[in-house]
Amino acid sequence: MNGRADGRELILSRIRAAVASAPDVEITRAYRTSGVPPEPVDLVELFAERVADYRAVVHVVEEEGVPAAIAAALALRGVGRPVVPDGLPPGWAPRETVTDDPPLGPAELDAAGGVVTGCAVAIAETGTIVLDAGPGQGRRALTLVPDYHLCVVRAGQIVAGVPQAVALLDPARPLTWISGPSATSDIELNRVEGVHGPRTLEVVIVR
Amino acid sequence: MSGRATFLGMPAFPVNAAAAVQDSQLRFNLRKATHTIRGRRASVVAEVPDWAELRAAGRQIKDHTLRNLERYLLRLEEAVTRAGGHVHWAADAREANRIVAGLVRATGETSVVKVKSMATQEIGLNEALAAEGITAYETDLAELIVQLGDDWPSHILVPAIHRNRSEIREIFLEKMAEWGRAAPEGLTDEPRALAEAARLHLRERFLSTKVAISGANFMIAETGTLVVLESEGNGRMCLTLPETLISVVGIEKLLPSWRDLEVFLQLLPRSSTGERMNPYTSTWTGAVEGQEFHLVLLDNGRTGVLADEVGRQALRCIRCSACLNVCPVYERAGGHAYGSVYPGPIGAILTPQLRGTTSDLDASLPYASTLCGACFDVCPVAIDIPEVLVHLRGRVRHPRAERLGMRAAGWVFDRQERLTRAERVAGRLRRFVPRRLPGPLSAWTETRDLPDIPPESFRDWWDRTDGGTR
Repeated sequence: MNGRADGRELILSRIRAAVASAPDVEITRAYRTSGVPPEPVDLVELFAERVADYRAVVHVVEEEGVPAAIAAALALRGVGRPVVPDGLPPGWAPRETVTDDPPLGPAELDAAGGVVTGCAVAIAETGTIVLDAGPGQGRRALTLVPDYHLCVVRAGQIVAGVPQAVALLDPARPLTWISGPSATSDIELNRVEGVHGPRTLEVVIVR
Repeated sequence: MSGRATFLGMPAFPVNAAAAVQDSQLRFNLRKATHTIRGRRASVVAEVPDWAELRAAGRQIKDHTLRNLERYLLRLEEAVTRAGGHVHWAADAREANRIVAGLVRATGETSVVKVKSMATQEIGLNEALAAEGITAYETDLAELIVQLGDDWPSHILVPAIHRNRSEIREIFLEKMAEWGRAAPEGLTDEPRALAEAARLHLRERFLSTKVAISGANFMIAETGTLVVLESEGNGRMCLTLPETLISVVGIEKLLPSWRDLEVFLQLLPRSSTGERMNPYTSTWTGAVEGQEFHLVLLDNGRTGVLADEVGRQALRCIRCSACLNVCPVYERAGGHAYGSVYPGPIGAILTPQLRGTTSDLDASLPYASTLCGACFDVCPVAIDIPEVLVHLRGRVRHPRAERLGMRAAGWVFDRQERLTRAERVAGRLRRFVPRRLPGPLSAWTETRDLPDIPPESFRDWWDRTDGGTR
């Protein structure tokens, strides 16, 4: 590829010429990074409220109540055999599940009624769940193609704001930040939930 | 499936705007949409106590990156390559299109799915691929509406903002079958039903297409990570399922370090859709989950913008479109009048810098503003759009009548005696001054009243009355 090397050198030399006399700029990070909110707030409460604002279904339960909460949610939804990723804590998923080993094809994922996962980090201020494809989360397609996503978030995984989450995450892993069910504002700028991603997001928060 | 219209050869902004403001449906749609989003943005920005500090950091990070662009691009290239990705450099649109078409051809595929991307619109990628026998399917709902309607985008975030729900329903009913699965029978104009129709129309395409093309909101030099923010999940579909992913990204989309995302993931969603966070953000580094990954770095005029001391701040833009939503000119004229994929205030400073000011349209864009400054106030990276507009106005060659008028005015104002004499003559002849000026000067009075000429000047009045005491 000849054009490749030429384009590269051309662009870089143009850049050198363009900024030769430009002053550099110091970056001041005077914004909040410590995670101390303006007043003491309960992160679980704030997270639950902000997730619910996106019209996701939210439950707050104690550790021992997780299996029952998951079972009840799946039953209400009519999901008999949810997809579960490797490494989901035993006892969370119902007896009948679909595993991703060997990897499920797009059509099989499309036919699945739902998926149950954990997460890597959650952000209270924005009501965001971050998945990093780690244990109990699976590869990215698992939480995308099925129409229903049930995500379990432990209280200890919830941080106050975006800076704390960015600091905890590993950029080498593929990340998916999820804030509510899929949505669009493309029709008259009104928000409508449910387009190509899961149309229902249900979040079980473990206190 | 006719080719999409292009902006080439469009008349100047005032001509386009004069036609657009006559379209009452357009004005109604735009007013409703821009006012909705304005309110949402204002409320989610107001709840962030450190917005001003985030905005300052956003500006500084972008300026610092631009100053050190070469170093950071090389670092990015190294990081992406190390992570198994391939990096290509495209000096202009033609080169970018050639690279992408070549990559798609190498896969043996003849269709691609696309994530909404300003960069690929700017270079006319869909048309270039069509010429090579490759069909590009837009998957963002608004882009789909534009593609099905053989229309032009008119907004950065919501390209079909000029269409209301009943127009969208019509387009879906008439055109979906030509491009794939037809619209459901009995489709209503409920936004929920229209979104569902788009879901059904694209579902099979997502599950079966082998090549995807995206842009990116950010690239991280330090780690080689690309970041895409979206709402619908069409982005995740394109980024995740296909075997080959090609991302075309402007060289100014760079951020030095992973940490910098903590600023921009707060600034962008709140400024753009007026949400605390957009539904989905995907980040990936190189080739992940068995995918083949190509990054095409695009210049296409950006280094020219970078060379302009005043104009280069336009390269800070993160394409949030907040400036469009608050602009009184955009709200009335709509996006098409700007004749570019970048409409509104940011378009008025970006387009003439990227394309030059040789055409009538591009030369008129720095004037497509009242200089009210609302765009500057809402800009999350503090681009002083009015400053750049005025700067660009100085570059554009003005019409002959205006140049003559300005030279005459300059001659009169240059000496006090000339001004005094001119004022006395004007005062004496004031009864004969027409409401509208004749000939080429009429361009001025078509949209402005001539100021009333007083019977005597202030200086004459002062002398005659000794400062009002006589």
